[in-house]
Amino acid sequence: MSNYPKPVTATPLNPRRRGIIIGASDGIGAALARRLAREGYILALLARRPDKLDLVCDEINRTTAEQRASAYVHDVIEVEKVPELLRRIVADLGGLDLVVFVAGVNYPPGGLEKYNFGNDRAMIEVNLIGALAWLNPVAEMFQSAQAGQIVGIGSVAGDRGRVGNPGYNTSKAGLATYLEALRNRLTRRGVHVLTVKPGFVQTEMVKAAQGPTPFLITPEKAADDIWKAIQKRKQTIYTPSIWRWIMLAIQHTPSFIFRKLSF
Amino acid sequence: MSLSLKNFVQLENFGHSLRAPSYCFRPTRAEEIFDTFCLAEKMGLTVTARGAGKSYNDAALNGGGIVLDLSAMNQILAWDSASGVVRCEPGVTLEQLWQCVEPDGWWPPVVSGTMKTTLGGCLGANIHGKNNFKRGTIGEHVLEFAAMLPTGKTVTCSPEENADLFYALIGGLGMLGIFLSITMQMKRVESGLLEVHAWPAHDLHEHLSLLLENAPSYDYIVGWLDSTHGGRSLGRGQIHAANYVHGGEDPNPQQTMRLDNQVLPPRIFGVFPKSILHYFMGPFMINLGAWGVNTAKYVASLRRHTFRQSHAAFHFLLDYVPNWELSYGRSGLIQYQSFLPKETAQETWRAMLSMSIKRGLPSYLGVTKRHRPDKFLLSHAVDGFSLALDFKVTDGRRAKLSQMLQEFDRLVLQAGGRFYFAKNSETTAETTRAFLGEETISKFKELKKRCDPDHLLESDLFRRVFG
Repeated sequence: MSNYPKPVTATPLNPRRRGIIIGASDGIGAALARRLAREGYILALLARRPDKLDLVCDEINRTTAEQRASAYVHDVIEVEKVPELLRRIVADLGGLDLVVFVAGVNYPPGGLEKYNFGNDRAMIEVNLIGALAWLNPVAEMFQSAQAGQIVGIGSVAGDRGRVGNPGYNTSKAGLATYLEALRNRLTRRGVHVLTVKPGFVQTEMVKAAQGPTPFLITPEKAADDIWKAIQKRKQTIYTPSIWRWIMLAIQHTPSFIFRKLSF
Repeated sequence: MSLSLKNFVQLENFGHSLRAPSYCFRPTRAEEIFDTFCLAEKMGLTVTARGAGKSYNDAALNGGGIVLDLSAMNQILAWDSASGVVRCEPGVTLEQLWQCVEPDGWWPPVVSGTMKTTLGGCLGANIHGKNNFKRGTIGEHVLEFAAMLPTGKTVTCSPEENADLFYALIGGLGMLGIFLSITMQMKRVESGLLEVHAWPAHDLHEHLSLLLENAPSYDYIVGWLDSTHGGRSLGRGQIHAANYVHGGEDPNPQQTMRLDNQVLPPRIFGVFPKSILHYFMGPFMINLGAWGVNTAKYVASLRRHTFRQSHAAFHFLLDYVPNWELSYGRSGLIQYQSFLPKETAQETWRAMLSMSIKRGLPSYLGVTKRHRPDKFLLSHAVDGFSLALDFKVTDGRRAKLSQMLQEFDRLVLQAGGRFYFAKNSETTAETTRAFLGEETISKFKELKKRCDPDHLLESDLFRRVFG
């Protein structure tokens, strides 16, 4: 439940788009929140950590000099709380135009021979089950209203199963397939679904990366790319865009070669 | 009853300039309204009543909340053609109403510019017609109504019984209770025709003088104002004044009162279907096009003439071109209506109209009317005039238009004017406090607390103007 005052009301001359960002306390989520707020969005920001979330909200409301962001503390693994919270947020915002699912965790097993079911399960629960729990009711809402935009943050890691982190690969591949299915269901209802596949982004998560981090970008750059893709109603984007070509090559690398690689 | 996402639909205002998704329920019985209140309370949501959705602003929108679409409660419960008293459910439209009473020699005493509005909506906004100076608002012709309060209690109100609620629920924007049945007195007519006089007004001074001086001798009076033309002839236009045709003057009243004499023709010149006309109007909805249309209309109106017209044709101008509001394009239109005392109207509107023309934001349609005050709590009425201006909304215009309307608000407040909650979409809580006064607002809020202690009835409009 948000303790923030009610956001400003929309009028024909001051129309407001309304969005939810799940996983907004730092990284891409926070950068996108700042970006969308600058574009006039009224936002509900969700994350587990209240102090970090409040900082983001306060900063947005201070810089825009308006009540544009409200904080809702929520852990996406508490899936049973989602329908009620979604209803509450939509009522608080006065509608809903955009939902961005950013929440994600990355726990590398720590070696090419290591396995950790607990970590893998946690990644699936947050990255994939959390997305299903949120985006299913959102999709139903949007298809009924015949409008809306859904954005899911996948990863280049979901494009191919690699030796480093099978659990993470699986969660992001599952998310990408789920988003594609939503897109195929919802485009005919006027709903736009965007899959974002970032490469390396300067966030806490990048610390989990083993080895080099080529084409590292800031969360702000990623947020910029996502905002452009939302406006243009793109289907899938890579950020930075060079990853499209890299992943094209990686996806088409024959298995007999790929099996021998160690990245 | 449960909250299903299948009920979650996108609703719009009449001008297609505002959208808000809501859980929409369409009750057919009073019990279902109560069930909806219970559901709303359980879910922590608010409820807004909606009739035909013909309000220009957010009066019937409740983004993220519940909307009670009352259009299915549309039975005329009783009609007595001897006394002219009719009892209706709130979803009955003015179209249903006049088609029921007219063949018996009656006519609704007050009607809006479109017949698609519902009685519940008309009462919620306390609408006025072209006879406001003579007959007041629609609420003055209500003998009695029953309404359900959010507590589940049903109250019966008339000017004698529960008078405080009577004068607050009418014009109360559906924020105190939901009308269940409405008993109204119709107006006796002796013919299906009106005798209409049309004469030109060459400038704003003449325009308002004609309205003021002629109103007492007519049953209806309305002005069209060319809002695209400035300079010395700013405020030029045409006045239409009409009188009921009395028994002796109509050779065949039985004939003229028949419904087939009251229909609006579906085609222009007998060939061109009006249902597609709005597509052809679209290209004219730019400053130059609107200037051309207004100028042509003014030139055509220079001829003084008198003619007879059916009631329906005279009143329901907005229904002449079906879906005309779509011609304003993707972002729709808004209407700005200000009510000004007769002493300050001319000067204020002169400033407003010249400002809009100078800034390249002219209104494409201006309509003037003559008004008198009434006793309702949230009244918009003054002893003076109203000017309704339609503005096209586009992405590029929003900021400039918003700025200008804020300046308009200041001018109207300075001139002792008022606003109408069914029309203006940008009126702020601050402006509302300024024109209604603290006393009226606290009286309304007190009644709100009494009728709706849990704050279940709320619309986007309510949050905007009383928030």
